[in-house]
Amino acid sequence: MSHNGNIKLQIDNYSLFYGDFQALKDINVAFEANKITSIIGPSGCGKSTFIRSFNRMNDLISSVRVQGRIVLDGENIFDLDPVDLRRRVGMVFQKPNPFPKSIFDNVAYGPRMHGVRDRGRLTEIVESSLRSAALWDEVKDKLDKSGLALSGGQQQRLCIARALAVEPELILMDEPASALDPIATLHIEELIQILKEHYTIVIVTHNMQQAARASDYTAFFMMNEDRSGSLVEYGPTEKVFTNPHDKRTEDYITGRFG
Amino acid sequence: MDNQETNASFSRRLFSLQHVVDETPIIAETPRASIGSQEAIVRKQLTQKIVFGLFWLTGLLAVAVLIGVVGYLLVQGAQVISLDFLLTPPQGGLEGKGGISTTIITTLYLVILTIAIATPLGVGAAVYLVEYAGEMHGRRGLVPVLVSIARLGVETLAGVPSIIFGLFGYVLFVLYMRFGFSLLAASLSGACLILPVIIRTSEEALKSVPKSYREGSLALGTTQLQMIWTVVLPAALPGIITGIVLSVGRVFSETAVFYVTLGGSYRIPTSLLSGGRTMALHVYYLAMDTRAFDKAMGTAAILILIIIIINAIINYITHRVSVSLGR
Repeated sequence: MSHNGNIKLQIDNYSLFYGDFQALKDINVAFEANKITSIIGPSGCGKSTFIRSFNRMNDLISSVRVQGRIVLDGENIFDLDPVDLRRRVGMVFQKPNPFPKSIFDNVAYGPRMHGVRDRGRLTEIVESSLRSAALWDEVKDKLDKSGLALSGGQQQRLCIARALAVEPELILMDEPASALDPIATLHIEELIQILKEHYTIVIVTHNMQQAARASDYTAFFMMNEDRSGSLVEYGPTEKVFTNPHDKRTEDYITGRFG
Repeated sequence: MDNQETNASFSRRLFSLQHVVDETPIIAETPRASIGSQEAIVRKQLTQKIVFGLFWLTGLLAVAVLIGVVGYLLVQGAQVISLDFLLTPPQGGLEGKGGISTTIITTLYLVILTIAIATPLGVGAAVYLVEYAGEMHGRRGLVPVLVSIARLGVETLAGVPSIIFGLFGYVLFVLYMRFGFSLLAASLSGACLILPVIIRTSEEALKSVPKSYREGSLALGTTQLQMIWTVVLPAALPGIITGIVLSVGRVFSETAVFYVTLGGSYRIPTSLLSGGRTMALHVYYLAMDTRAFDKAMGTAAILILIIIIINAIINYITHRVSVSLGR
């Protein structure tokens, strides 16, 4: 597939195994910078495993083995130090997971871990990150309160602010709104639209309306007969949803299975 | 036609139930009880009352035993407890003359020293077992085997009688390492005794820290050590402190280990290498070697009071720490 614009992340012949079980099979795709790419597909087709490859979170599972290359700005991520890679590639998880620390300390956590000690600098980072995550106005008077005391939607935006605070280039979101109510979901979607000005975003979602509404490109994954996941179709969201070239994509999108 | 009958009987039953619901408000809170006849409901409630009554009784019994023991000691001990008793050293002899001042100080020395030795070792071992060796399970090689042996060792040690630790400490620290009957030998032996407790409780506390905290930290580009230090340990701290509290009580009340490693001198230890006598040991000596049984009671009462006070202080601090961490 050819794309205009610059490529942020390119995946070449990527396969992933849990022990003997192949979870992802020969995936080739490239994600454009400053765009939102959504990954859709039925449960268990490897969507989460796929995006957890981009910041090498799968490394934490000892039985995982990979083949192929994932290239971030010209560098194969498997040649990089995973700790350094994860600073460049932020992640927002399915369930909001703020630390049991104050709102301030949650956002300042990443910068502190990377050596920012100056209180004034930290205060600036916390404010700008919370503003970018559209949470500043709601929490500016209670920065010393626990992050766990916020509502679910606020907690998720706090986690987004926490990820932004280390200035990542690429942000991965693993069903970031699946644990939230419709209004909080809408907030997150609006936020993602604003964030794409500065960041490249890859988002896994179960919710097809969300993919259709909120993304520029869509990748559709499906299980093969041996239960390994592979990429069926990739293209501009509008095309994938209105005029898919693969029959399976059409069946999935029109709700015939999945 | 069958359906109609069922419907009729169902609405009849519903009606009779409505009556029950109006009469007895408890049923409204337990919707499950609304299935079945009125007698069945009454029977269920009666069963519930009887079972709750039994629970209540067993709870009461447990508390009564505790209060009985402490109360008996306090009443018996009250006759000898005075400021003088607390502030004068024991004088020995068959009459068990004197107070308990030096044994209080020796006990505090020993508790602090033992906890100071065992806590870093125990928490460190737990961090290793949970955070680093956790993935070893089911794998082959020398390290996984050693790790599973270590786990088995910890579990076994938790059930070993304390006199065994005492004899071990006597042979290793008192004789072989030539520490003699001393604070050092006793606290090292005591540390061996409480290590399994600290390791087990710390392990449980570390395991209960949600995976999402660890992932959240690592996803920001922290090293595993940073993650453990800044997220996992603070979140596990209340559980770890619980283990330390249990151990403090254990050291306070331990007798057998210190009987064979600390000696029995009732002077205040002047260095790590001098011996001494803890309050628990003093209770034992008074009861076995003197006629001053009342003083043994008094000492025991003070010992229990100190344990209660120290537990209360540690619990208060833990509460404050976890509140400020959760802030």
